[in-house]
Amino acid sequence: MAKILVLFAHPALEKSRVHSRMLYHIRKLKDLTINDLYEEYPDFDVDVEREQRLLLQHDVIIWQHPFYWYSAPALLKQWIDLVLEHGWAYGATGNALRGKKIFNALSLGGSKYAYDQTGLNRIPIRQYLAPFEQTARLCKMQYLAPYIIDGTHKLTNETIEVLAHQYAGLIKRIQENLLTSVPIENVLYLNDLLGDVQTHQTL
Amino acid sequence: MNQQQFFIQAVIYLAAAVICVPLAKKVGLGSVLGYLLAGVIIGPAVLGIAGHGGEDLMHYAEFGVVMMLFVIGLELEPALLWRLRVAILGLGGLQMVITTALIMTACIFFGFSLKTSLAIGLILSLSSTAIVLQSFTEKGLMKAEAGQSAFSVLLFQDIAVIPILAIFPLLAVFPIVADPETHSGTLTADQPGWVQALIVLASVVAIIIGGRYIVRYFFRLLAKTGQREIFTAGALLLVVAVTVLMMKVGLSPALGTFLAGVVLADSEYRHELESDIEPFKGLLLGLFFVAVGVSIDFTIVQQTPLLIFSLVGTLMLLKGGVLFLLGKIFRLKHDQNLLFAFGLSQVGEFAFVLLSSSVKGGVLPKGEVDIITVVVAISMVFTPILLLINEKFFQPATGTRQAADKVMDTVDERNPVIIAGFGRFGNIVGRFLKANGVDSTVLEIDSDRVDLLRRFGYKVYYGDATRYDLLHSAGAADARLLIVAIGDPEKALELVDTAKKHFPNLRLLVRAYDRPDTFKFMDAGMLHIYRETIDTSLRMGIDALQLLGRRKYQAHRAARLFLRHDEKALKQLSAVRDDSKAYITTAREFIDELEQMIKSDINEGKKFQNDFGWDEASMIKEVNENGHGKQPS
Repeated sequence: MAKILVLFAHPALEKSRVHSRMLYHIRKLKDLTINDLYEEYPDFDVDVEREQRLLLQHDVIIWQHPFYWYSAPALLKQWIDLVLEHGWAYGATGNALRGKKIFNALSLGGSKYAYDQTGLNRIPIRQYLAPFEQTARLCKMQYLAPYIIDGTHKLTNETIEVLAHQYAGLIKRIQENLLTSVPIENVLYLNDLLGDVQTHQTL
Repeated sequence: MNQQQFFIQAVIYLAAAVICVPLAKKVGLGSVLGYLLAGVIIGPAVLGIAGHGGEDLMHYAEFGVVMMLFVIGLELEPALLWRLRVAILGLGGLQMVITTALIMTACIFFGFSLKTSLAIGLILSLSSTAIVLQSFTEKGLMKAEAGQSAFSVLLFQDIAVIPILAIFPLLAVFPIVADPETHSGTLTADQPGWVQALIVLASVVAIIIGGRYIVRYFFRLLAKTGQREIFTAGALLLVVAVTVLMMKVGLSPALGTFLAGVVLADSEYRHELESDIEPFKGLLLGLFFVAVGVSIDFTIVQQTPLLIFSLVGTLMLLKGGVLFLLGKIFRLKHDQNLLFAFGLSQVGEFAFVLLSSSVKGGVLPKGEVDIITVVVAISMVFTPILLLINEKFFQPATGTRQAADKVMDTVDERNPVIIAGFGRFGNIVGRFLKANGVDSTVLEIDSDRVDLLRRFGYKVYYGDATRYDLLHSAGAADARLLIVAIGDPEKALELVDTAKKHFPNLRLLVRAYDRPDTFKFMDAGMLHIYRETIDTSLRMGIDALQLLGRRKYQAHRAARLFLRHDEKALKQLSAVRDDSKAYITTAREFIDELEQMIKSDINEGKKFQNDFGWDEASMIKEVNENGHGKQPS
């Protein structure tokens, strides 16, 4: 079974309804490590050795975070800057991460409908995530599509519970390699591969 | 005394102490009173098995006082002495002058001559260093205002003994009692004044210079032999040698050893010396108290009980009254002032020395001296009792709690955090928690601080946090965290042990003084250990790098890395530290450790160049070699 590493970045988890439930549900899964970056490195003092060791021990990496200013919270960027070293993660001799799978799992306060050409944010979410995707590619990893929980400001606790549970189910299927039957490259969002849980909000 | 007799006497004294002291402590009377009672019981008054009086013994036992002053000196930094200068000269000086004057006036009133009255006044103005310091230390009051003031006064008196001894011959009005022993006397006795002064000065300088330079070298040699007992012998030799020197030049041995102690206070052998001398000091001091008990001549008491007890009462009232008024003038808080006045109201052990020399020197008549001796001894016995009365009846009324058992019923809240020690370390933790809405119960041994904090609305309880009952009444059974912020490493370790044993529910966060201290906490299984200075030192290091032109963020990163490395090294050192073959002193241990630390810094040197993620060198190299530009930018 594939080993999952969740790189979780949230500076104010105590105020989050969505991520706390997501963590609650995935915590029950086997072969899954949650690396709570803001808890681990409150002063941005990322331990590169430890992080690289963790990466090597896992097959699938998830950047789980809220969507801040069209990107991730600052510590996740710090993590990328420091951990993905030249000669280790990328470059002629940097092959440590080759073949691993990686994707973003993020929450948005607003609705995804704001992310189209006529919307307030003009550009699709997937395009905003291009730097992450390219980072993964440069490190010779396979970037899967992002998983998104949107409109969190308006979600009821019951819906959050359902979505968080769905997230855990998604990870479990990835772990068991059940997603390969679908042409994953053709999917823009991992949500598209899931059942009709989110029928009320299609992408 | 032949050998067999000596051993029989030893058995009697030791047995009396071993039986009475634990009993006295058990019923809350303190060890001093236990010893004194032991003396009374084996003395002529009750069993009469103590041999020929306590006086012979007293001479040896007085050496305990000398040792005590040495240990006090060791614990005293010159800085503290300087800080107490006003109290020592002002409080101490005024106490002696006023008390002497009052007693003298009373004696003149009762028909004694001027000279005799002055002698009696001087003798009775002294208080007992041994009893006061022992009692106060036992109650943990030495750091409190009362303790510091008492110490200052006692120190002044100890110094004052020298000029008193010097002027006593001038006060002689009675025929000198021939005594061959005392005339073996001092080196200075037959010299003119300026030579005497020069010799005295020279010996003080000799102690200071000897202590600074020669003694350290001497102890280093001893330490290298690896024989623990030789080090102990050396420590004893030092104290005895200073005593002999002082007696030869006519100074007080107590003062000399005190000075030697102060000189050695900042030496690396301080703790070794202290722990070596401590048991001797304790035993001799105990012996001294027993001897005081034995020496009380109850036939005199029986003959003139009214006279004796009214003398004791008047004397202690007068001394205590003067002290209380001075305490008011020097702005001691009410509860501290009571403690101070009650504590020092007896007459001290130097009185015995002065009394016996004054008989021999013809200063005082034998009959009066006998009565005064009894009065002095009884006043000593009364001191622990007075302190007890003060604690039970006066202190509760003043507000500050002096004993933990009174706290018990008043700790009425259950906070998640208990902070032991609210000094310069604990107070920051406590304030920070309070600022974030977390209330803590504070245990503090300094009653002044307790007062202050209470005024600001903190829930603070006076007492020794290492005591199970205090911890229990502070709610340790229900609290979640115990923050050990006590400054005294040994006390802190004691607290950790107690907490681990009785309150397994508590998570402990401990303040560590230095590395050895940290190791001890590691051994005790502590997970959250905070070295007092490491964070501040590194912050200073960061600023130093910045002022030298480095970017602040890089300096900050470097400090974080250094800290991580240092903590790793600490764990490794902790594992190997017991391997050191030789008996090495604390200072050498520190040097050794520092050496290992620096070596490890050098070995790991390459890692100090951190954050390769922000370093472009390898990318530039690759681009220049391959030229196909696969770097991200």
